[in-house]
Amino acid sequence: MTMIPTDCYYTKEHEWVRLDGATFVVIGITEFAQDQLGDVIYVNLPEIGSEIQQFAQMGEAESVKAVSDLFSPVTGTVVEVNSNLQDTPELVNQDPYGEGWMLKVELSGTEQLSKLLSSDQYSDFLDSGEH
Amino acid sequence: MTENFVHSYIPHTDSERREMLNSIGVNHLEDLFLEIPERYRDPDIKLAPSLTEMELLQELEFLSAKNVQVGKMPSFLGGGAYSHFIPSAVSALTSRGEFLTSYTPYQPEVSQGTLQATYEFQSMVCELTGMDVANAGMYDGATAFAEAALMACRLTKRYRVYVLESVNSNYLAVLKTYLVPQSVEIVIVPDNVNQVDEDVACLLVQYPDALGTIPNLSSLGKLIHAVGGLFVVSVYPVALGILKPPSEYEADIVTGECQSLGVPLSFGGPYVGMFACKSEHLRQIPGRIVGKTNESHGGKEGFVLTLQTREQHIRREKATSNICTSEALIATAVAIHLALLGPKGIKQVAQLCYNKAHYAAKCIGEIPGFFINPHAPDKYWFNEFVVTGPKSADHIQKNLYDQGIVGGIKISNLVKDGLLFCVTEVNSKQEIDSLVRALDSMKEL
Repeated sequence: MTMIPTDCYYTKEHEWVRLDGATFVVIGITEFAQDQLGDVIYVNLPEIGSEIQQFAQMGEAESVKAVSDLFSPVTGTVVEVNSNLQDTPELVNQDPYGEGWMLKVELSGTEQLSKLLSSDQYSDFLDSGEH
Repeated sequence: MTENFVHSYIPHTDSERREMLNSIGVNHLEDLFLEIPERYRDPDIKLAPSLTEMELLQELEFLSAKNVQVGKMPSFLGGGAYSHFIPSAVSALTSRGEFLTSYTPYQPEVSQGTLQATYEFQSMVCELTGMDVANAGMYDGATAFAEAALMACRLTKRYRVYVLESVNSNYLAVLKTYLVPQSVEIVIVPDNVNQVDEDVACLLVQYPDALGTIPNLSSLGKLIHAVGGLFVVSVYPVALGILKPPSEYEADIVTGECQSLGVPLSFGGPYVGMFACKSEHLRQIPGRIVGKTNESHGGKEGFVLTLQTREQHIRREKATSNICTSEALIATAVAIHLALLGPKGIKQVAQLCYNKAHYAAKCIGEIPGFFINPHAPDKYWFNEFVVTGPKSADHIQKNLYDQGIVGGIKISNLVKDGLLFCVTEVNSKQEIDSLVRALDSMKEL
C-alpha cells in the first residue's frame, strides 16, 4: 500500500506539497515516485533564491535506472534546499515525506494550491492507472 | 518464402511496400520524389567500364604511388596531426580479434576486457592532464573541444563563448558547426585579452596554440574565473610530457587530440579525442564513462558503464551529447601506447621533440634572411615554430619539395609569408641538417 499522507497536496507528476506556515511550503516526491525511480543516486535542485514556476521543470532526480525531470508543484522563491541530499540522496527512498524533502519555497500566492490534488484525488489518480 | 524479394539486400516485399504507401496516402513510390526536378531524378552516371580484380589493384597501386608518405621523404609537417614513433606492440595488440572485432558493449558486464581497456585509457588521460575524471573518448580533438564548449554552456546556463584567435582554424570551423545551430555565440578574442563579459560561459584555449607557442594559462584562467566562466584547454598530449598539466592552471575541462599517442597519420582519421574535467562537473560530461566497482557478492573487481542514464538511448533529446560512434579501438591503441611509454617515456619523447625543434630553429635562424617566430619572438614554444624567409612561402615550400623535403604548412593568413614547421623525435639530426642546408640554398646574398 502506497503511503499518501493526508496533510499534503499532490501533482500528477508525483510531487507532494506541505504547507509550512501561511505562505511557505515544503516539497518533495511521493512514495510512489521513489518506488518507480529505484535507488536515487543524485538529485539536482535549484539554488536558494531562484524563482520556480508551477508545473515547469525545476531539477532532476537520477536513479540507477533513469534521470527524471522534477517539476515544480508551485510558483515561488526557493528559501531552503535540503543539502543532506547531496551526500545522502537515498533519503529520498527511505523517507520521501520526511528526511527526503527537497525544497522549501515561499509561495507567490496561495490560490495556486487549488490547482493541486488532495490526498484522496492523488490516491484515485494512482488507482486509475493513468499515471 | 512465398513472396519474391525485389532486391536481395532489401527485405521489404511488394505487399509491404503497398501497405506503407497506402497508410501515408501515396499511390506510387515515384510520387515521393516529385520534389526533385525531373532532369535530376535518374541521372545517367558515366562510369568507366568495369575492371578485373587484377586490373583494379594495379590501378589503385598506380594512384597510391602518387602519394608521398611519411618515411618516404623527411617531413616537418604538424599543425594538429603529428608523426611520432609507434612501437610495433601497439598494432600487434590492437589487431587481436578481441579488440578489433568487438562492438560497443551493450552488455557491459560480458565485455570486461573492452571495458578495462577503456578504463585504463581514462585513467591515463587523467594522469596526463591532472584532471579528476575522463570519459571513454570523443570522435577527435576538435569535436571534444566543441563538446567542452557546449558542456560549459549547460553548466553556466550562458550562451556565449570566447575563443582565442590562436586556436587552430579547423577546430574553429568545428566549433561553429556544433555551436551556431544551438544558438551559442562565438566571440574570437586576441591572445592578450584582458577583459571578459559577465555572460561568457567559457574561454577556449589551445596549449600549445596553433602556431606552437605556449599561452599564459595562469592569467587566462584567472580572467575567465573572475566572471564565473569555465576554463577550457585543448592540449597536444605529447607536450604534457614536459609542460605543466592544465590542472595546475585551474582548467575546468581539458580536451585533446590523441592521434600523437600511438595512432598513425591517416588523412584525418580515425583519431580519438580526450575529454577530462573536474569531478564537480562529472554529471554534464558528454559520452560514456567506464567505472570500476566490486561485485556485491564476493567483492570481485569489475567494470561497468556508469552514468549511462545521461546518454541518448535513455535520455533522448535531454542527453548530454548525441555522440554515437565509439572510438574504442583507437582509444585502446592510445592506452597501449601510453602504457608502453610510461611516465618516463612520455617525458623523454617530449624532451626530444623540444630539443630537436629548438636545434632546428636555432640553425634556421642563423641563415641570413630567415626569421623564427617573427610574430612572437619572446614567447615560449614546444616543437612547432614559424619561419619566414627572403622568398614567398609558396616558393620556399616548393623549393624544399624539389630538394626532397616536405615541410612547412602555409600560414600566410596568420603570419605574412609564414611557414609552420614541426620537429618530432622521428626527425633525425641528418634530416634536420638537410632541411637547414636546403633553406640555406635560398638565403639572401
